Amino acid sequence: MSAVDTWVSAFHARSAQQPGAALPWLADLRRQAIYRFADEGWPTRRHPRWQHTSLAFMDQQDFAANAVAPDAAAALARLRGDDAGHWLVFVGGRFNAELSDIGALPAGVQLTSLADALDQHPEAVQAAFGSATDGDSPAALNLALATDGAWLRLPRGVALEAPVHLVFITNATDASQHLRNLIVAEANSEATIVEHYLGEGEATTLTTAATRLQVDADARITHLKLQQEAEPAIHLASINATQARGAHFASHSLSFGARLARNDIHTRFDGEGCDTLLNGLYHLDGRRHVDHHTSINHAQPRGNSREFYRGLLDGNSRGVFTGRIIVAKDAQRSDAMQRCDNLLLSRAAEADARPELEIYADDVKCAHGATVGQMDEDSLFYLQTRGLDDAHARRLLTYAFAAEALDRIALLPLRKQARAALMARLPGGELLEELL
Amino acid sequence: MLDIKNLKASVEGKDILKGLDLQVKAGEVHAIMGPNGSGKSTLSQVLAGRDTFQVDGGSVTWDGQDLLAMPIEERARAGLFLAFQYPVEIPGVSNAYFLKAAVNAIRKHRGLPEFDAMDFLTRVKAEMKAVGMKEEFLYRAVNEGFSGGEKKRNEVLQMALLEPRLAILDETDSGLDIDALKVVADGVNRLRSPDRALIVITHYQRLLDYIVPDHVHVLSQGRIVRSGGRELALELEEKGYGWIGDAGEIHAAPPAAGGAQ
Repeated sequence: MSAVDTWVSAFHARSAQQPGAALPWLADLRRQAIYRFADEGWPTRRHPRWQHTSLAFMDQQDFAANAVAPDAAAALARLRGDDAGHWLVFVGGRFNAELSDIGALPAGVQLTSLADALDQHPEAVQAAFGSATDGDSPAALNLALATDGAWLRLPRGVALEAPVHLVFITNATDASQHLRNLIVAEANSEATIVEHYLGEGEATTLTTAATRLQVDADARITHLKLQQEAEPAIHLASINATQARGAHFASHSLSFGARLARNDIHTRFDGEGCDTLLNGLYHLDGRRHVDHHTSINHAQPRGNSREFYRGLLDGNSRGVFTGRIIVAKDAQRSDAMQRCDNLLLSRAAEADARPELEIYADDVKCAHGATVGQMDEDSLFYLQTRGLDDAHARRLLTYAFAAEALDRIALLPLRKQARAALMARLPGGELLEELL
Repeated sequence: MLDIKNLKASVEGKDILKGLDLQVKAGEVHAIMGPNGSGKSTLSQVLAGRDTFQVDGGSVTWDGQDLLAMPIEERARAGLFLAFQYPVEIPGVSNAYFLKAAVNAIRKHRGLPEFDAMDFLTRVKAEMKAVGMKEEFLYRAVNEGFSGGEKKRNEVLQMALLEPRLAILDETDSGLDIDALKVVADGVNRLRSPDRALIVITHYQRLLDYIVPDHVHVLSQGRIVRSGGRELALELEEKGYGWIGDAGEIHAAPPAAGGAQ
């Protein structure tokens, strides 16, 4: 029996216990998805969107739960501090009401676990759920197996002042967790959603995650993902947004953990005058691998997109970035800008940055650039002539390189959380603590 | 304080310093002048420890120690300061953090207590006022988007904060208008003291109207070809560098005005 069959069997064994199992549309959708996954298997380098990241090894990969679960309450307390906000905590892929604190919400806002939403608003959830043909085969596996996630629906004109934090923590019973988050932001609404992925331990675990965001006319949604899974973990995720006229969507993807992390981040402008920011930062060491596969579809005119990815690559790690920008034939006066910059902290680290531009309109501004470089010797020398030793100077410049990505996070408390997560990864980060 | 003997240095196989001698004593101000390509900046970079230049011979002694054997930061901590001709921009690091890290690295080495945030701010704000820098420059990234004059002021600010024993100003006047030049020169002059030495590297004598040197040296083709007092700078201003032969041979005396080769 191949590993793909293992997942199919797992699906059949679990499907009756899945949330919403009694909903025929959902049972159908899950079946279609698992069949698709069984049919396609894990993507390999032959797949055009997986040329730098093969999941062929997943056929032989055994997954196991960690022997000891992280102390979820303690991890949450560290993360949360004294933030009031809206906190939804998922342990081992299931909503944990005890640790969660959804807080007070403006009238009409729905913020619950996906399982609850399937009970309470199955039709709205169905409209937002997505289809079995979305994304590549790992996305189909996620659809088939997802046990829970968050449901957020913002009525027209409502702004959530405090960010919504979704915290996903591994446990000691599940070797894999599969999460699906659905966000529907009606016209003129506004919110910030933060996904935290936390894990500890020596076992190889699998997380699949899919977040779908519907951003209606003139709504403003900021999404921040902070991936800090345990070092041996595999993390396969997608973020899919659709934007209606004048909608604003910002995505910040910070990838610091996991042995292999793949993030597919896509947005599509379905109305005129949309704008989007895709900001990303990854730090890798050892033999770890991260792949961001992004696309921005300027399907309608006068859209504005800004995309900035930065990688810090140490050891034998490999960072992959693909930035696809599509400008449709009638999407005149589109303005797209993309950059990917990588700092290699060792000789053996490797960075791939691939812009993929498909431009069918003629009145378009589109700029892209990619750099892969080592620590700037002039800057190092300058700092050393001011009395900083080599190690301190290197740390400072490494931090400085990443800071440009962090500075694009507009909300200060979130920027601080992101900084703290980065500092925890950088050797000698404590020397730089005053920067916080 | 500083004793350079027969210093030879090259970059990528090209000889730049070809046997340079210079002695600097505490309290002295030395000006080093010379045409482009004579080795002025190489000298400053070699003294500060830049490893892109290879030292091929000679010695540099700093208070009896072999300066060339010291790591870059040790030279700085021992009191050597280089004001860069082209200060480096460091996006992502605030000037405040940079200045504080530098000051504390050096204070620690000198056995002084490190400044806390309050003490540091009080000190840095006073020094910024003296060099005519607005406080906002503390919170901007190091040199990023600074004008030429602002970068040079930031160099003089660092010098004031780090209190070096020997400061080398590498073409600190380049790219400055006359007002900025005066401010920078005032900043430097405030730091003149009997136990502090200065080496002022410049192409033009104009800076020396404001920072008056005790000794002037003419550098050509990697050697000091002539040394004198302040009057030598004025003579160079009048006659240019043309009297220095192409091969760097030394004429007995500069030719009369207008007689440049």
